Amino acid sequence: MIKLTINDEEVEVAEGTSLLNSLEKLGLKVPTLCYHKALSPYGACRLCVVEVHVPNRAPTLQASCSYPALNGITVFTETDRVKRARRITAELLLARCSTSTEIQRIAAEHGVFAPRIKMKMDDCVYCGLCVRMCEERMGRSAIGFTGRGPRKRLEPPFSKHNPMCWTCGACNFICPVGKEVRWLVSSTIPKEIPNAYNMGLNNRPAIAIYYQQAIPNKPSIDQDVCVRLKYNGCGICEAVCEAKAIDYTQHDKTVELKVGAVILAPGYETFDPTMKPDFGYGRFPNVVTAIEFERILSPSGPYAGHVLRPSDFRKPQRIAFLQCVGSRDYERDYCSSVCCMYATKEAIIAKEHAGADLQCDIFFMDIRAFSKGFELYFESAKKQGIRYIRCRVPVIREVPESKNLVIRYLNEGDETVESEYDLVVLSVGMQPPKSVQKVAETFGVHLNRFGFCETSAFNPVETDRAGIFVAGPFTEPKDIPETVAQASGAAAKVLSLLSDVRGSLITPTEYPPERDVRGEEPRVGVFVCHCGTNIAGVVNVPSVVEYARTLPHVVYAENNLYTCSNDSLERIKEKIKEHGLNRVVVASCTPRTHEGLFRSSVQAAGLNPYYFEMANIRDQCSWVHMHEPEKATAKSRDLVRMAVAKVKLNDPLYPQQLEVCRDALVIGGGLAGMTAALALADQGFGVHLVEKEATLGGYLKGTRYLLTGENPQEALRNLTTAVMSHRNIRVHTNAELTEVKGSLGNFQSKVTVAGNGDGVEIRHGIVVVATGAQTYTPAEHLYGQDDRVLLHRELEEQLASGQFKAKCVAFIQCVGSRNAERPYCSRTCCAESIKLALKIREKHPETQVYVLYREMRTYGFREAFYTKARQLGVAFVRYADDKPPSIIGQNGTLLVTVRDETLGETIQIPVDRVILAAATVPNEVNKELAQLLKVPLGEDKFFLEAHRKLRPIDFATDGIFLCGNAHSPLDVEEVISQALGAAARAATILSREKIDLEPTISHVVTENCDGCAYCVDPCPFKAITLVEYEAGGEIKKRVEINEAICKGCGTCMATCPKKAVFVWHFKPEQLQAEVKAALGLPA
Amino acid sequence: MTTEKDTFEPLIINFCCYWCSYTGADLAGTSRIQYPPNTRIIRVQCTGMIHPNLIIEALTSGADGVLVCGCHPGDCHYLEGNLRAKARAEAIELMLQDFGIEPERFRLEWVSASEAQRFAQVVKEMVEQVKKVGPSPYRVTV
Repeated sequence: MIKLTINDEEVEVAEGTSLLNSLEKLGLKVPTLCYHKALSPYGACRLCVVEVHVPNRAPTLQASCSYPALNGITVFTETDRVKRARRITAELLLARCSTSTEIQRIAAEHGVFAPRIKMKMDDCVYCGLCVRMCEERMGRSAIGFTGRGPRKRLEPPFSKHNPMCWTCGACNFICPVGKEVRWLVSSTIPKEIPNAYNMGLNNRPAIAIYYQQAIPNKPSIDQDVCVRLKYNGCGICEAVCEAKAIDYTQHDKTVELKVGAVILAPGYETFDPTMKPDFGYGRFPNVVTAIEFERILSPSGPYAGHVLRPSDFRKPQRIAFLQCVGSRDYERDYCSSVCCMYATKEAIIAKEHAGADLQCDIFFMDIRAFSKGFELYFESAKKQGIRYIRCRVPVIREVPESKNLVIRYLNEGDETVESEYDLVVLSVGMQPPKSVQKVAETFGVHLNRFGFCETSAFNPVETDRAGIFVAGPFTEPKDIPETVAQASGAAAKVLSLLSDVRGSLITPTEYPPERDVRGEEPRVGVFVCHCGTNIAGVVNVPSVVEYARTLPHVVYAENNLYTCSNDSLERIKEKIKEHGLNRVVVASCTPRTHEGLFRSSVQAAGLNPYYFEMANIRDQCSWVHMHEPEKATAKSRDLVRMAVAKVKLNDPLYPQQLEVCRDALVIGGGLAGMTAALALADQGFGVHLVEKEATLGGYLKGTRYLLTGENPQEALRNLTTAVMSHRNIRVHTNAELTEVKGSLGNFQSKVTVAGNGDGVEIRHGIVVVATGAQTYTPAEHLYGQDDRVLLHRELEEQLASGQFKAKCVAFIQCVGSRNAERPYCSRTCCAESIKLALKIREKHPETQVYVLYREMRTYGFREAFYTKARQLGVAFVRYADDKPPSIIGQNGTLLVTVRDETLGETIQIPVDRVILAAATVPNEVNKELAQLLKVPLGEDKFFLEAHRKLRPIDFATDGIFLCGNAHSPLDVEEVISQALGAAARAATILSREKIDLEPTISHVVTENCDGCAYCVDPCPFKAITLVEYEAGGEIKKRVEINEAICKGCGTCMATCPKKAVFVWHFKPEQLQAEVKAALGLPA
Repeated sequence: MTTEKDTFEPLIINFCCYWCSYTGADLAGTSRIQYPPNTRIIRVQCTGMIHPNLIIEALTSGADGVLVCGCHPGDCHYLEGNLRAKARAEAIELMLQDFGIEPERFRLEWVSASEAQRFAQVVKEMVEQVKKVGPSPYRVTV
């Protein structure tokens, strides 16, 4: 080892270390230009000079990058002589390359703004970085220096393009002054690597974190383009990675797994619009797909969220969206289900980003806003000025000069209109990924004619091979909530199949007994991380450590190269023991990624894990103030001081353990309730199934046919038998839920059975709400006055029993849906009408069928049945939203009068039967049940889930789940997916004997609480109740927190005028301490 | 001549909810989006847990500004804590008048976990805004 002194501090380094690297060891920085970690030192620029004192010799200035560390020497980095030398160097550099921003920056750092000598306009500083890069790293030596002194030039041999060049572009990349070195060497340019996440709208390096939310959030090397892996050159990433995390020897591996079940969820691909050349995608730069446009709109996308068009990065004024590109056509006779809404969403967001004057036109055939909340969204889009134009655009033309796009279309008044747009977005449909053919072969499952996985209405998550399940758009194009529900459903099936081995692969972590440190003076240890150069490259870490040592109660502080490395974690444990630390602060990155790791180290040293705080000096300091090292260092000191101030007030916290009653209560004995009950019972849990009617089956009891041809009555019989005969299920019919107490894990409920006054007490750990919905009883269209006007269900019965007889039938869609009173779509009625229309054509081919509709919403594979109905001669007549058909009852016939919007004429149709597609309306019991369970209803009075997209079958209240038509109108397949899904969600609780509850929840300080109850209403989880208690012979009031429900949001804490309620770990005094520390005030 | 206002570097307390804005601030870091170093982030579970007194206290103890960042309406991890914060912000603005504190010193903003650029923008704006009003009258120079 070599011992030397730098700025009065002794340091020990390995032999052969350069002075520059020795300085770095102390966290000292000197300016550099020609130095690069991955290249040999060159000593050309002389910016890194330091003053070297060798004993018995005169002090000299030396370039620290190339001068070795020697025993006994003394080095000074900031003497006046050094500063003067650097200043002159900076001045000379600026004089040579006066236009380079990097040189200007370096000069400014040394106080040089205008050199005293004549400026040159050279584009090269002769640092030799490109030359060394090409020679040392790429092994090509394609470029070098020729000449000497003033004739020195950077050029390839003979000043000719050099065939040795393999066009890697590294010379260009490394040049500090931005010279286009590559043109000297070669006439070709390096191939860019398109960033697939941004749909190739921008490029990425060969080693990258592929997108910001990637899991794991680590960079990986693209082995198809990496020069090191392909040609054994480069290897720069290995040289610069201080964590030594680059390992070129890793290869793709084939791993064998032994599993009991498989879920196939390969997702989807979007339609390739180059298959439809008339749209010009790929030829016209301003025609983009909706996914590309989604990336354009994204803040993390290629244009940072600015709405720009690709040809000239100009802000568009007019955008056209073309629907059904690759959906609803001859080859793909299905609807992709999601495009209408994503186009609407993108149009709204584009207007939000670019301003309300941006014109967005959506060209569509039918707007299929069928899912929960979508109709209202569609209406709001229209109000925001988004134009919907009903026309399938056949062709797009480009104006070559402006790259604008022209669309010619027929408007609804049959006139030809020509419109020019700056940008056209193609709403590309969903299709199965190309790889699924192989997946299907490997797993032996069948695909349908479009290449999606074949499932059936009653088995929506099962393939035809036992043990192999499916989820997501692989079975049918679908949106996020349907995908989440179905995926949970597939999990439920697997849980049933593997219930006997549940939990057998889990090994719990063991911790030593905890040291009780309450009452001890705080003894804080502070560990400041360099994070390689991520922090230390900007923040002066040693000075932060020094500062931490001066803080009250800090008894130990040190810096680590990587505090999260295994040896550093071990050190933390050692230091806790060695110095008797009872609080730990780590100043490093974000608690979001590393808090858990550090907490478990603290716990492993016998401290409560909550005696720990992090100061985020990387993500929120060094990375965002890279050019202000001094201010960043000052801020880091502040952040450490704040963390220390807080940690002193931390309490030991323990997760409350909750014993779980492993029985379920399922409310509603229809298709949803029975499916959920059976899925839970099959996993080994006890189930109470409560049905208000005398028999099980719900709405399905009256269903005779399904669109897809299955026999619903047979399926219902099988399901009912399975439920009734299951030893884990107890069915309560004629029963009603009248009382619910308790919460997650421990509910006590009362079920009152008709004719049995007392009712039954039930204990259960979770609740599944599956109460279904009702059918609207129309007051319009003569329903109830003329018995030739029927509902779907009544027609279905007549068809099944053979009573049906009619020469001509008219279906009227949207009866009671999508109006002012019920501004939602009932989703299932379009497909129901198609189903019955087809059944009529099949059984009574002589009967004429009309369907009077506003939009046909036959989403997914229902589209093919719509096509079939048209082929079989069913007549579809579109009426306008504000012009519903009217019916006059005449003696022999019913006369239907309707304005056909396609023809633009009013027509009269004499019919024998009118069938009303009546709305699905929320169950009347919803309101009462919502109050009993303390769960919310939406504006439409269906139950409101925790999150529209990501938690469609959970309530925000833990332990209560939702499925079936109680959620929103759904068809058989969707009901089953949701019901299975709810069972899987419920199993996340029932499968555990005990649940650890998050300890950072609210706590009541009884002495401060006077029972004002201000906090009761604001609590979003209804976790607070007002209680009376006796103290000193008096009846007093105070609030009580239900710890099983409380999530620790702290709304109560901010509402309380008496400091009587707080959230553990975020107590008012802890937050105050942080504020005070931030302001530099004493605690 | 440089006045105190030109060289004034405000100190701003920035409460960030852990689920959205704190994550957004982290993303600004991983994306290396630069913003002025005048804020000190204090992590809270939800903007709905910040007692108005805490904000008033911060401002009357010498903070030049308080910036509260939470989830966009509808995105709150706790359903509607951010809406409570919004309602309280209106009350806080009224209280500031009583203390003779300029309304520019307090700001509530929605920043989602993916809006790194927006986070940096909000901080920049807040720093500019506070620079214009000058140092806090309550500021104790240490």
